[in-house]
Amino acid sequence: MRAALTILRKDLRIEWRTKESLSSFVVLGVLLLVVFTVAHDPTPAEAPALAPAVLWVTFVFTGILGIQRGFLLEREHDCLAGLLTAPVDPAAIYAGKLAANLILLGVLQAIVVPLIGLLFHVELGAVLPGLVLVLLLGTLGFAALATLFAAVAVRVRAREVMLPLLLLPLLVPVLVGGVKATQGVLAGGLAGAADALGVLVAFDVIFATAGWLLFPYVVRD
Amino acid sequence: MLDRVLPPLTGAAMLLALWLVFMVVPTEAQMGVVQRIFYFHVAAAWAAFLCFFAVAAASAAYLWRGSARADRLALAAAEVGVLFCTLVLVTGPIWARPIWGVWWTWDPRLTMTVILWAIYAAYLMLRAFGGPDEAVARYAAVLGLVGTLDIPVIHVSVRLLQGMHPSVLADRGGQSGLADPRMRAALWVSSLAVLLLAGWLVALRARSERLGGEVAALRRLAEAREGGGT
Repeated sequence: MRAALTILRKDLRIEWRTKESLSSFVVLGVLLLVVFTVAHDPTPAEAPALAPAVLWVTFVFTGILGIQRGFLLEREHDCLAGLLTAPVDPAAIYAGKLAANLILLGVLQAIVVPLIGLLFHVELGAVLPGLVLVLLLGTLGFAALATLFAAVAVRVRAREVMLPLLLLPLLVPVLVGGVKATQGVLAGGLAGAADALGVLVAFDVIFATAGWLLFPYVVRD
Repeated sequence: MLDRVLPPLTGAAMLLALWLVFMVVPTEAQMGVVQRIFYFHVAAAWAAFLCFFAVAAASAAYLWRGSARADRLALAAAEVGVLFCTLVLVTGPIWARPIWGVWWTWDPRLTMTVILWAIYAAYLMLRAFGGPDEAVARYAAVLGLVGTLDIPVIHVSVRLLQGMHPSVLADRGGQSGLADPRMRAALWVSSLAVLLLAGWLVALRARSERLGGEVAALRRLAEAREGGGT
């Protein structure tokens, strides 16, 4: 537990000093929003219907690149090897990395989601608590798998292609569940999103546990 | 032992299946002759599913015990599974085009199949890019386990897509399509034949992987000797 917190603090401090992940996150997120909007060219009336899909696709693509960035940093100067030789349970490294990724993704969401509300004419204020719940659940599931496979992808050839290739099909439940839950919440509340929220919760529980248990096998040398 | 039994058994079952499907089974009244592809389509789907579960079981065994045999089995089952999953994705549209009028729809089952294909195709890419490395075998085992854990969640999540519109495939298999007992017999025999074929292919692939490993080890040994002699 203490080890996980230390790793979390270390990652956040690196991020605070360099602001590398965050700046690339945010710029890429905004850019993707613009690209989607321009590509779809929606009329003001049909724009709100697009918002959930654009939100989650932007989040998934931006998140994959951002999380990969965090592990590439560990690779430089063999930092990961250093971490592993420390007398620390590898599962604690996973927990610390996961927590750091969750915080970074949360900051990303806090910037991108209001922008989506703005660009796609969605009134977010009234549905904010439900929306935050959906975002939290989706982000947890996403980060649980992405943190596990980022550790895999940085260690094989063609790693830039490898991470999206591994993650995108596995993340379909987060994408579908996130989009459907967001649609339900925007349409009138959590009741309409119950099924999709169930999918997200199941995904979170299964893959946070699986990541915790399997991460030691990934980094063991 | 398996090498002796599986080839003749597979051949006999396959010939029997072909005979049943093309000579015995009556032509389906509404869909016509294209319905006959169903017997191989469904059989291939079962073979693919069983292979993917074999990947998970072998991956778990590899992570637990570290046996190289389980690792080779996982690789072989993944390759054969992707092969049969590809066959499912090819035979399906051939049937769907005359019956549904489109090659593809985003029906939950179709979506599920294409996502599974992508997961295990990524598994093969990971192994191909990683090479014959002990660490890569572990990464692949982790992916093999996570992929199978994901199957039920994907299954539930794709049902959220486009509500619950009636699944044409489910209506067909149960009552209406296979009323004739000869049709059921043909489905069972062709499934057995395809499963035997899949099992044989997995066994062959696992063996070729083992032999490949042995050859590589011998070559390293020979090079080391030559290097030592000069």
